Amino acid sequence: MAVEKAEALTGKDVVGIDRLSAGEIQLILETADELLEVARRPIKKVPTLRGYTVVNLFMEPSTRTRFSFEVAEKRLSADTLNFSSSSSSVTKGETLFDTARNLMAMAPDFIVIRHANSGAPHRLAEVIPASIINAGDGINEHPTQALLDAFTMRQRFDSLEGLKVVIAGDIRHSRVARSNAFLLDKMGAEVRFVAPASLLPREAEDLGVSTFVRLEPALEGADVVMMLRIQLERQSKMNFPSMREYFDFFALTPERLALAAEHAVVMHPGPMNRGVEIDSVVADGAQSVILEQVTNGVAIRMAILYLLAGGRSESPSDS
Amino acid sequence: MNRLLIRNGRVVDPSQGLDQGMDVLLEDGCVAAVGERLETPAETSVLDAVGLVVAPGFIDLHTHLREPGFEYKETIFTGCRAAVAGGFTAICCMPDTEPVNDDPAVTGFIRERAEQADLARVYPVGAISEGLEGAELAEIGEMAAAGAVAISDNHRPVSNALLMRRALEYARSFDLPVAVHEEDLDLSDGGSMHEGGVSTRIGLRGIPSSAEDVMVARDLLLAEFTGGRLHLCHLSTSTALDLVRVARRRGLAVSCEVAAHQFVLTDEDVAGANYDPNWKTNPPLRDAAEVESILQAIYDGTVDAIVSDHEPHHADDKELDFSDAPAGIVGLETAVPLALDRLVHGRVIGLMQLVRLMSTRPAEVFGLPGGSLREGAPADLTLLDLRVLRTVDPESFESSARNTPFAGMRLKGWPAATIVGGKIVWQGGRVGPR
Repeated sequence: MAVEKAEALTGKDVVGIDRLSAGEIQLILETADELLEVARRPIKKVPTLRGYTVVNLFMEPSTRTRFSFEVAEKRLSADTLNFSSSSSSVTKGETLFDTARNLMAMAPDFIVIRHANSGAPHRLAEVIPASIINAGDGINEHPTQALLDAFTMRQRFDSLEGLKVVIAGDIRHSRVARSNAFLLDKMGAEVRFVAPASLLPREAEDLGVSTFVRLEPALEGADVVMMLRIQLERQSKMNFPSMREYFDFFALTPERLALAAEHAVVMHPGPMNRGVEIDSVVADGAQSVILEQVTNGVAIRMAILYLLAGGRSESPSDS
Repeated sequence: MNRLLIRNGRVVDPSQGLDQGMDVLLEDGCVAAVGERLETPAETSVLDAVGLVVAPGFIDLHTHLREPGFEYKETIFTGCRAAVAGGFTAICCMPDTEPVNDDPAVTGFIRERAEQADLARVYPVGAISEGLEGAELAEIGEMAAAGAVAISDNHRPVSNALLMRRALEYARSFDLPVAVHEEDLDLSDGGSMHEGGVSTRIGLRGIPSSAEDVMVARDLLLAEFTGGRLHLCHLSTSTALDLVRVARRRGLAVSCEVAAHQFVLTDEDVAGANYDPNWKTNPPLRDAAEVESILQAIYDGTVDAIVSDHEPHHADDKELDFSDAPAGIVGLETAVPLALDRLVHGRVIGLMQLVRLMSTRPAEVFGLPGGSLREGAPADLTLLDLRVLRTVDPESFESSARNTPFAGMRLKGWPAATIVGGKIVWQGGRVGPR
């Protein structure tokens, strides 16, 4: 049964998938369908958010997510301010709320925030009248990534319902895995988490997923195989022994991909570690939709900005 | 076709609940038939086992073969000779070699050397941590692929609780047991014997039972928390064994072993040995009350396996004084007679339970082939003579080491023959395939 899309987003923010209803998710996906078309125009810009101000507050290094938001904002004609800092303001003596109050003095309409600590966007959303969009908080959520992933799956498969989605990698530290699990569960897909138990969160099943400690059995009949980045810089060698061993037992190779459904697609939120979690032959192969994910990311972020600005889904691309 | 008929023995096989006079036919490395008065097919060698016990091959989950690195103490070849002479058809060897078995190349080397020896089956145990240093996980998957059957940092404890948690979790991907030497090194505090009245009397620094108990408690909790497979090596205290009972009542599938010398000797024997380091073991020989509790745990089924904890040392190593000398005794050739004499003749357990503890359960605990005489099982058998009375003579050991506290001890019940893969590899004091 198809999910009925909502009329509008109920909150002022998008801080996590767990706070969105299936109808709201469907609304964002269908809005993005229409906005995707903007990228194909000779002049890739609509005046929808003219006069709106967006602050991109990136307290953790990011390239693709930040660029994707910026492109989305510019295509909607918003004014953008970028604030990047790899160190949190706290180390400079400023609290998160102080940072927020300073930003509010500039009266932005949106704050897109990436933060190394889980829950920072949620706290900001409580004290700031602007719409907060979470661009990734700690190990908690990365809602726009999950939405663009779902959008990409929908392009290949008619519906998310009943889809068998394998998500493999460092699940324990992955906000992408968590947001995807929340979203796919709400939309009726079947999620399988794969990782050595040292990289799985405890009681992952409570998120509505099944768990596997080896890749092979999870791949059987899979429609989507999403490989997560092993964040070399974050790993302690207590979690798994070596890159060689990770590749030998947990990477997606052509042989392992053959265990999935013939029509299976391969996804990766990027940036990839070729030869660690994914074999180049697979990353660049016919089943890979990794670059489509990037393209779709812009449409999803445009849709969220548009909907939070109070838009309705009738005509986002020519308002 | 390679056939061997073992005739008229007393077949004891816990996996089938068998204990009766029967014949066993071995064919091409497997058990072909077990039954009364089996016909002798053409071209079959016959071994007359009248008066002998015929059991599935004994498996020792805990040995230290010193190769690579310490060949002056023992080689894989002499270790395998000692194993078959001691009645063992298969042995697991700990990773504390040089280089450490924390790498698939070392795992493969050990297996290769064992195949060349062509006596007992040798199953390498890989390291939990790189270099046994307790800091980073070793390549557990690669070692499993190369033939490792378990992981352990033996004789070192895994002091870092987070590493222990991760090891229990990570090993689940390869379904390997995590076998641990339980000792809180801070509590051991440089001690060299069991801490108690005797250590106080003879003036040696003691290792308290609690050094073992606190780590057993920690790891049982972590096993329950992670769902990992925990195997507790050579337990030696009543509290540790009680904790195993409690964990099982809570539903945990934990396994544990006891070393043969631990239920035979006490700290009083250390006192009587005039500081001879052949009586130094780790965990230390405990007091009489602890030994009594070990016997109780063997009787009531708390213990899964009896092991030798074979730790060969060169005579020079044991010329050091008690505190400085390395711990450990050469055990492969005394473990079975000690168990037969003290446990079976000593009426602690019956023969069926003994075979379960030295063959069937060890095979189950580490997921090894064998432990049974069912049709199709590997043709690995241990033959025992329960009536023979013999004195332990280190000079007759096949092991190159002699570090035993049992020299001169008279024991009743000895292995009579060892069969691996359908071949008699040891019989009546002679090693070698026949």
